[in-house]
Amino acid sequence: MSDAAQIDGAPERARAGLSAEELRNLLRWMILARRLDRECIALQRQGELTVYPGFEGQEAAQVGSVTALGAEDFVWPTFRELAAAIVRGVDPVQYLQYHRGTWHGGPYDPRATRFGPISIPIATQIPHAAGYALGQKLDGTGAVTLVYFGDGATSEGDFAEAANLAGVWKLPLVLFCQNNGWAISMPTAQQTSGEIWRRAEGFGFPGVRVDGNDVLAVREATDAAVARARAGEGPTLIEAMTYRIGAHSTADDPARYRDDAEVQRARVGDPITRFGSWLAERALADDGFVAACDDEAERFAMDVRTGVIATPAPPTSWMFDWVWAEPPAGFDRMRGEALG
Amino acid sequence: MSEWTMSGALNRALGDALTQDPRVLVFGEDVGRSGGVFRVTDGLQTQHGAARVFDTPISEAGITGAAVGLCFAGWRPVVELQFDAFSYPALEQVVDHVAKMRNRTRGRVDLPITLRIPAFGGIKGKEHHGESPETYYAHTAGLKVVVPSGALDAYRLLRGAIADPDPVVVLEPKARYWSKESGELSLDGPGLGEARVVRGGDDATIVTYGAMVSRALDAAAALADADGLHARVVDLRSLSPLDDELLARCARETGRIVVVHEAPRTLGIGAEVAARVMELAFDHLQAPVARVTGWDVPYPPASLEQHYLPSVERIVDAVRSVSSY
Repeated sequence: MSDAAQIDGAPERARAGLSAEELRNLLRWMILARRLDRECIALQRQGELTVYPGFEGQEAAQVGSVTALGAEDFVWPTFRELAAAIVRGVDPVQYLQYHRGTWHGGPYDPRATRFGPISIPIATQIPHAAGYALGQKLDGTGAVTLVYFGDGATSEGDFAEAANLAGVWKLPLVLFCQNNGWAISMPTAQQTSGEIWRRAEGFGFPGVRVDGNDVLAVREATDAAVARARAGEGPTLIEAMTYRIGAHSTADDPARYRDDAEVQRARVGDPITRFGSWLAERALADDGFVAACDDEAERFAMDVRTGVIATPAPPTSWMFDWVWAEPPAGFDRMRGEALG
Repeated sequence: MSEWTMSGALNRALGDALTQDPRVLVFGEDVGRSGGVFRVTDGLQTQHGAARVFDTPISEAGITGAAVGLCFAGWRPVVELQFDAFSYPALEQVVDHVAKMRNRTRGRVDLPITLRIPAFGGIKGKEHHGESPETYYAHTAGLKVVVPSGALDAYRLLRGAIADPDPVVVLEPKARYWSKESGELSLDGPGLGEARVVRGGDDATIVTYGAMVSRALDAAAALADADGLHARVVDLRSLSPLDDELLARCARETGRIVVVHEAPRTLGIGAEVAARVMELAFDHLQAPVARVTGWDVPYPPASLEQHYLPSVERIVDAVRSVSSY
């Protein structure tokens, strides 16, 4: 079965209100993101990064959603949103300090980039996003907050608590679930017996499920949720159905729990191939454009590689430098003990 | 001179903070219309509006996490977690994020969060309403932990906690909410991380905090009357950081230290005080540091709690014991 046959089976759709250049740019970002993701896995294999969580297969879910935001809006990520981060303007070399093991959280400035610190404890960033959205609402800024989480996170209490707060307080929040089918070794069917998007009804706001591998569908759904939030109408839960092509992280071996046949089936609906074909069929992007994106992605990945490798271990004093805004008495004594 | 309950003084501290800093928010379960189960937030919503003083759903983790996000948006949240044992659902947020976020952002985002938790026993409370959670918080780097013992100092500590640029856990002794103290509420006095001597004496030092300060004072008075022993009483006020300087001075000057707390003995604050005193003033100690504490058991039902809490008699016995060592 060819990729083109898959596309032909899909219904014709509007362009999500995007210009030809904007449409091409979606493809460009997805190509850049995938190349970077693969470079990160290589860097981990070569000992330049610690454990790295790849996102191959989820490019459309991330690029389609994050591009719906304005500069004043704010993103709260998990640990798997490197694609969204680079679109947002986060310096990937700074971002990757997290995975290089040179600093926690990511040393990019979350306020300047409007991209929150990387968050590993599952679902804990969702209450942060609710609080941030509340802060925006109290200030009347009109800014929208978008929070990413996975299918597994919806089993956590923090998801339910934050979603409930968002509903009760009618927060300008987009709850964006990337359902990639797997929470490490647990398929979604073992995570929940219901459909995630339907949870929204119980919290009193709309939920929507979209094809998370269709960048335009993701963009349209997120545009609608952002518009709703900005208009003061409250939160929306989006469940983007995508697929984690790779392992949970470089420390994981999915062969222990997942059939490769399933992965091969998922590859047929690859979001980059799909959207590339869609653009080509409409003469919006030709092979030359894709080749140019590939070239740019190669240079991008090499620049990031160079930057990552050039980043040294931080000085020991960093352990102490930012714990406190006002270090308590005695803290400096321990610092002295540690630093000699 | 006015007379204040601790609940009233805390209420005034919140009201003054709300008035002076427009970025202060006060929220938690039942803090709005009801005014809080201990009335600490009584009238604040009427005075400062429902946008700045508001009730929340029963979501300790959710609202503590929301406080983190509010800090990113430039707010200064004061969160009430209604009871000691009900603060535990928020521990993941507190330990993973509240305590670490400034460090994670390399100082780009301060977390001036105040977590108010009515805590400790002594009020014939129900199960899960009498616990001493201080070690959980004090053991977490990045948190300051304070415990007031009376009304006037409660005002000072809570104002200090709200003004502090770092997260502060304020454990409010439920048994002291209705205790009264006469004087003027003021920010003057010991700072957030400082202990204070609340009764002079050179024969031994009783180191304690919260509701046990009152019992330690009773014990010191009894010892002076019955034995002519003059025990100094130190109110720690701050459990993290500990006031090393004052602890070392008391060890040097009195040579004998008794630590008193409601919390179970094992890995309680008493263990840390004993270790600090040993590190800082071993040569001055005339006796091993004694600990008078709750037992290593779950907090007991109301009818047994006075057999659990350090009694005046147990404190007196301990001071006699270290004095005759």
